[in-house]
Amino acid sequence: MANSTNSFRTPLGRARGLGSAKHGAHHWLAYRVGAAGLAVLTILFIALVLSLIGASHEDVVLTFQKPYPVIVTILFLGFTFHHAAYGMQEVFEDYIHGKLAKLAAIALTKGLALVLFLLSAFAVLKIAFGA
Amino acid sequence: MAEFSLPANSKVKPGKTVRSAGTDAKRTRKFRIYRYDPDSGENPREDIYEIDLDKCGPMVLDALIHIKNDVDSTLTFRRSCREGICGSCAMNIDGRNTLACLKAIDEVKGDVKIYPLPHQPVVKDLVPDLNQNYAQLASIKPWLQTQSTAPSRERLQSPEEREKLDGLYECILCFCCTTSCPSYWWNGDRYLGPAVLLQAYRFIADSRDEMTGERLDALEDPFRLYRCHTIMNCTQTCPKGLNPAKAIAEIKKLMAARAA
Repeated sequence: MANSTNSFRTPLGRARGLGSAKHGAHHWLAYRVGAAGLAVLTILFIALVLSLIGASHEDVVLTFQKPYPVIVTILFLGFTFHHAAYGMQEVFEDYIHGKLAKLAAIALTKGLALVLFLLSAFAVLKIAFGA
Repeated sequence: MAEFSLPANSKVKPGKTVRSAGTDAKRTRKFRIYRYDPDSGENPREDIYEIDLDKCGPMVLDALIHIKNDVDSTLTFRRSCREGICGSCAMNIDGRNTLACLKAIDEVKGDVKIYPLPHQPVVKDLVPDLNQNYAQLASIKPWLQTQSTAPSRERLQSPEEREKLDGLYECILCFCCTTSCPSYWWNGDRYLGPAVLLQAYRFIADSRDEMTGERLDALEDPFRLYRCHTIMNCTQTCPKGLNPAKAIAEIKKLMAARAA
């Protein structure tokens, strides 16, 4: 509602603004499909961790050299960071009203999510391929 | 960044207390009413009117009219039909947006607190400035749009097609829902809000309208549509018992259907 009283622009002119961005459906769908995938992967990952309770270090390393645990873990990490980045974008769009600050916050969060995913996936792969 | 301090003239101060009910009054009630005159430069205040309920009708609007007619003629509010069809007397009563004409005084426990619709500029007292809301309504072109040559008779619609408009056409545009929506509070300059999105869906759902794609194009925007986070305040507050949240969900489903 900022500037609404100090401008001679008509209310309709303000409401129409810059027009529609013509995107958003993909983000909405990807966020929800990702959430559904994450729900399944979280259960699989927790089951994997529970199955390793009490296991020795060698057993854990051996487990993470098999395809299934590695793929589940990397998918779980990917979906987690994807979901976190998309969720934070929603929060920033809701509450940050400065154009530059909003853009910077979204870009930094997405960049951070990507870097954290790559680091964590690299760690899993390092075990998988025997460091 | 986010604003943490309140804008000027936000703090509501205690106002005057007026007891109009006589000592012989059997049923009295206190009405705490928001009073604000932006031209005065002073902060808003909350005036208390203690009135005799036997001197007015059963609804909150009846009490407001009684106060304006018999106690304090400076009290300003909108009203017209007094039967829930014009939407003029939308205000925040007892912490909830509703129509003063449909809200019985008996439904409120304790003092009756009456404030204007939240988070809109106030023209005076209980009268909010709804220009932005009306402009947003106009922006979605709330009328039937076609490309076919106009028929020489009515545009036909099957009973099943007509049924799809039930729960949509009844909206009286009081904006109780829109002004109850936190997403609209934070991003009302770009987010269209539940009332306008329900109207948009009313024309998207209309089998006689031929501009569905263009309507969806105009709505597909991170702010215009997707600021809705299904908070559901709109549905909870609607004095007509409608479900704007569902209408918005239907728009999102159509967006997904054409994207995937």
